Amino acid sequence: MFNKESETLQHSKLKEMQYERMKWSLRHAYENVPFYKKSFDDTGFHPDQFRSLDDMQRVPFLMKQDMRANYPFGLFAVPMEKVVRLHSSSGTTGNATVVGYTKNDLDVWGEVIARTIACAGGGPKDIIQVAYGYGLFTGGLGVHYGVEKIGATVVPVSGGNTERQLMLIKDFGTTMLACTPSYAINMTDYVEKNKPDFDFRKTKLRSGIFGAEPWTEQMRREIESRMGIDAYDIYGLSEVIGPGVSCECSEKSGLHVFEDHFYVEVIDPETGEILPEGEMGEIVYTSLTKEACPVIRYRSRDITRLYHDGCKCGRSFIKMEKVTGRSDDMLIIRGVNVFPSQIEAVLMENENTEPHYQIIIDRTGALDDIEIMVEVNERIFSDEIKVLNQLSNRIRQRIQSVLGISAKITLVEPRTIARSEGKAVRVIDKRKLK
Amino acid sequence: MNVTQLSLFLENKPGRLQSALKVLSEKNINIRTLTIAEVTDFGIVRMIVTRSDEAARALKENHFTCSVTEVLAIEIDDVPGALSRALETFNKHHLNIEYMYAFTEKIDDKAVMIFRFDDIETAKKALIDEGYHIVKKTEIIGE
Ligand SMILES: [Zn+2]
Repeated sequence: MFNKESETLQHSKLKEMQYERMKWSLRHAYENVPFYKKSFDDTGFHPDQFRSLDDMQRVPFLMKQDMRANYPFGLFAVPMEKVVRLHSSSGTTGNATVVGYTKNDLDVWGEVIARTIACAGGGPKDIIQVAYGYGLFTGGLGVHYGVEKIGATVVPVSGGNTERQLMLIKDFGTTMLACTPSYAINMTDYVEKNKPDFDFRKTKLRSGIFGAEPWTEQMRREIESRMGIDAYDIYGLSEVIGPGVSCECSEKSGLHVFEDHFYVEVIDPETGEILPEGEMGEIVYTSLTKEACPVIRYRSRDITRLYHDGCKCGRSFIKMEKVTGRSDDMLIIRGVNVFPSQIEAVLMENENTEPHYQIIIDRTGALDDIEIMVEVNERIFSDEIKVLNQLSNRIRQRIQSVLGISAKITLVEPRTIARSEGKAVRVIDKRKLK
Repeated sequence: MNVTQLSLFLENKPGRLQSALKVLSEKNINIRTLTIAEVTDFGIVRMIVTRSDEAARALKENHFTCSVTEVLAIEIDDVPGALSRALETFNKHHLNIEYMYAFTEKIDDKAVMIFRFDDIETAKKALIDEGYHIVKKTEIIGE
């Protein structure tokens, strides 16, 4: 553990600390950012009224579009002379969002990345190859300074040029790789195709911290078996700080959130209500120590759940489940919130494969009907009717127990589900057409 | 000695079987026997064809889901009660039949039934011991 004192903090001590820091953060935002002043005033909330963490429900949200609308520096809470670094997320739609860091913010960032590396079993003896892009994107430079902070050796190769990546892994004796999971898979594909004599197992590579995009357990298994390493999920958003918001530990079951710097809540994306611990919903972030760009109740749109499980690694911080879905995809079926990613997870746990599927929702009378079409590929096909019937029964029962709704499962031929630009269309909501 | 059967997944939609068969006819593959097992939404087409490997490949290339299964073709006397006696024999040896169907033609004046056992090798041994004649693949596909 990089910072044992903080990472094993007793729950009550942590809550006290969060409350004190939250008071500061709310006031800091309110007094220094006109946007927050207006948004707090509009809802009738004043930082003086903040008496316990239970009052969070009263604090208004910060939306992605608020960040875009304040492009470039509208949400900065310190004068520019205090800002020592800028990063920007490109964003596929609309304006970019810009974030700034003070010297102190960079220290915190280095600290949480150092913790992340330790969480994944790394330390000063490691040689860490940073194959995230360097530049405005937070991935490369974010991880870079954390590697230095923990005292490991950083190889700042940035993304791309797979041939050189492989050469450095071999020649420098890289022990840990930091990149996106899809790039890691890319590297193994490249080796398989072009360098049959390159064997990851004969290098010193033994682990990887992968993030910046959602990825599945199946991808983890693929990376681990093809590279012969342990693959850990690291998570972050540039709006909150960049990578280093949370990460997996040795248990590889959920990501510890660095709660002394980031306050997390899970809300119902429809109503905005805070959900009890353990329930699935949209995760909302509040920075507790950030100076340049405080974020107050930032709606990430990422779907997950938060829970304590007395983790064997000894960290007391709350865990979040691997993020696999976005709240924009949420469906309300017979009053139940359903995320396509939950259905996908059921399909995968059953068959250990990622079949193409499509969810069709329709309304007969007052009732919503849900049908899940699953393409029968060779891995799930059987020449026996019985086996295929068992398959659809199993899926139906699991959906019933996970989501509490009964769905009709229809097995269909490959390629019957419409694709748009190569990707299957996941949801067809016919209710909207009526 | 085992016969290779092609199993094909089809939705119960008009024209689907025809388009699968078209793939085979374009490759000049002859269907020796064909049977369909179906439920409400889908069916499984089971076929014994000439050049089964090539047939499977062609179907896959055309995005059909299919698999290749080993089955046994067994001669059954064309007299009342013969099939029933055969089933008794299977029972006695605890041989599980997943499904069965009749082959379209007679061979040497005898009826031929196709059986899919869950354990084909045990079944084969037991049936030979009991004096059944297991029809060779070459006799079935006529090559
Ligand atoms: Zn842990």
